[in-house]
Amino acid sequence: MPANLFDSYPLRPARVHEVCGPGATSFAAILAAQGTGPVLWVRPGWSHEALNPQGLARLFDPARLLIAEAPSPTDALAVSEEALRDGAVPLVVTEITRPLDLRQGRRLQLAAKTGGSTGLCLIPEGMGSNAAETRWHAAPRLAAEEEADSTALRWEIIKNKSGTLGAWDVLWTDTAHRLHVVSPVAERPGSARASG
Amino acid sequence: MWFPRLQSDRVLRARPVEAPFALVLKQANAERLYCLNARAEAEGLHRGMALADARIYCPALLTAPADPGRDARFLAALRRWATRYCPWVGAEGDDGLVLDVTGATHLHGGEAAMLADMRARAARAGLALRLGLADSRGGAWALARFGEGVAPPGDPLAALAPLPVAALRLEPEVVTALQRLGLRTIGDLAARPRPPLTRRFGPDLLARLDQALGHLPEPVAPDAEPPHYGIRLSLPEPIGLTEDVMAGTARLLERLCAQLLAREAGARVLELSLRRVDGGAARVELRLASPMREADRILPLFRRGVEAAEAGFGIDQLRLEALVVEDLPVQQLGGPVAARGAAPEGPALDDLVTRIGTRIGLENIRRLLPADSHIPERAFSVAPAAFSAPASGGWPAPRPRPLRLFPPEPIAARGPRPPRRFRWRALQLATARATGPERIAPEWWLPDEAWRHGTRDYWQIETREGRRLWLFHTPQAPGWFVHGEFP
Repeated sequence: MPANLFDSYPLRPARVHEVCGPGATSFAAILAAQGTGPVLWVRPGWSHEALNPQGLARLFDPARLLIAEAPSPTDALAVSEEALRDGAVPLVVTEITRPLDLRQGRRLQLAAKTGGSTGLCLIPEGMGSNAAETRWHAAPRLAAEEEADSTALRWEIIKNKSGTLGAWDVLWTDTAHRLHVVSPVAERPGSARASG
Repeated sequence: MWFPRLQSDRVLRARPVEAPFALVLKQANAERLYCLNARAEAEGLHRGMALADARIYCPALLTAPADPGRDARFLAALRRWATRYCPWVGAEGDDGLVLDVTGATHLHGGEAAMLADMRARAARAGLALRLGLADSRGGAWALARFGEGVAPPGDPLAALAPLPVAALRLEPEVVTALQRLGLRTIGDLAARPRPPLTRRFGPDLLARLDQALGHLPEPVAPDAEPPHYGIRLSLPEPIGLTEDVMAGTARLLERLCAQLLAREAGARVLELSLRRVDGGAARVELRLASPMREADRILPLFRRGVEAAEAGFGIDQLRLEALVVEDLPVQQLGGPVAARGAAPEGPALDDLVTRIGTRIGLENIRRLLPADSHIPERAFSVAPAAFSAPASGGWPAPRPRPLRLFPPEPIAARGPRPPRRFRWRALQLATARATGPERIAPEWWLPDEAWRHGTRDYWQIETREGRRLWLFHTPQAPGWFVHGEFP
């Protein structure tokens, strides 16, 4: 039985989730588009890559975005823990550059439970923490001819503490700001990771 | 009160020298003497003399660079000191003070005793001081600079008559012209019939004369005391526990916030100094994301800094000062307007930004603002969130723009058409669809090292592997680069 994407998406609030893969940034941005209020994006300050608000504007309003540039990985974790515990920001996105151990993951999870905010960690592949509620793999996919005007993505849930796994081909329509599920993909764990 | 050598006295107070000494200021590309001590004046030097000339007259001259900014601050300090004599003190030029001592002299034992006290204190502080006391401001000015003395009340002309006309605060040309006419002293001038003088020199001359003689009123304008937001709490017994320090801070904050509220201001930067028993001090600086004056909101923000502060043998004095203060008008809370325009940036978010800011620096929390440029990297600007408002306008993009931008990464490809296959970041990618070119020319009016290859032809590439990349080709210096990635 194919699992339904909207059972586990938008992500469960007051938990910390993880996403990896080349489409992780757009996964976070589309998640931000589902909610309201400010979004805190914790980034490593030493990174040369920049978020481009002109590109983000197709997904959600960049005026809602607050970027915290942390000088070290420890600071990045401390900032997201603080923000999650405070709860003033409904969504905290953290770019992780170092593998999280169980203690760090659990601290984030507890902070999110206290504050009620959703946490999302963008992790490099294979660097997740066991404390995460769900882990996703997001990758862009080649759009078919008839869907060429929207953003074609493939999302796969590869870890879920309270639900089933699944993989979906989704479409983001820029003009309508809506997410469509094209077709649930037959369950082949790890297939998306192999191609990304 | 006139301090004839204020500037050099200020420097010499810190570092006394016996030799001729002068401060040098660079004026109109020449180094000129700005202020000299008595020894240097005795050597025949004078203000405004070129330094090279002065060295010829007096080879032993010691010099130091002048600092008019510090002189002004020193004069402001003297102005505060002078309020010990009377409450009505203003600055006069850049080296004088004017005091309205009416009704205050008896507190110091009469005029003569007060003047003697002023002289004694100035001498102890190492300042040359010349005093003039008269019924009018102009008269006192003239006496301080040219005669030094006391004009008897009701008859200022008796004291002022022998002084030269320059004592009337006139333009140098007018002084020269008066001297050519033989009118050398104020007495000469006052004895003249007035209409011809007005015709010859205009109304200004006689207005100055009347001010000096007290016929025309001239008020003393005291400078306003700048508001001071500093509060101290001294303790009979040293304390060391965080909770105790926080309790003390809470008391200080309450008083400081009451001050801020009275002036409709909000603190932006606060400093808490904890003076230890051994004389050292720990400082806790708190930079706030927005001006604030609510004690119960500020207090928890101090906790992190107070916990990190070293108490040593105990803290016996707390001092809280608002270093940077901004206007914060009283706002109406509630009501239909506030309910409708529910701003996403509430006070809770400001507090969070402040707390994060104490950890990673307030400047490192940023927001993106649109900028007016067609260059993709410059189409937005990054501003500290605490010092900017969120963008209200849209983000016009004529064509789809990538989600992430990185410094251009070269790939091996040639020709003006996008490559069929290419390698990028250790990935072998095959082009499935290419949209473009979109030609973007550099902004030639701004030099930019990244755009030195000239015009760029941008292509959106969809690869068979799924990745959607933003490639550009530089026709003027053939090469292909990856510049960003689409969602």
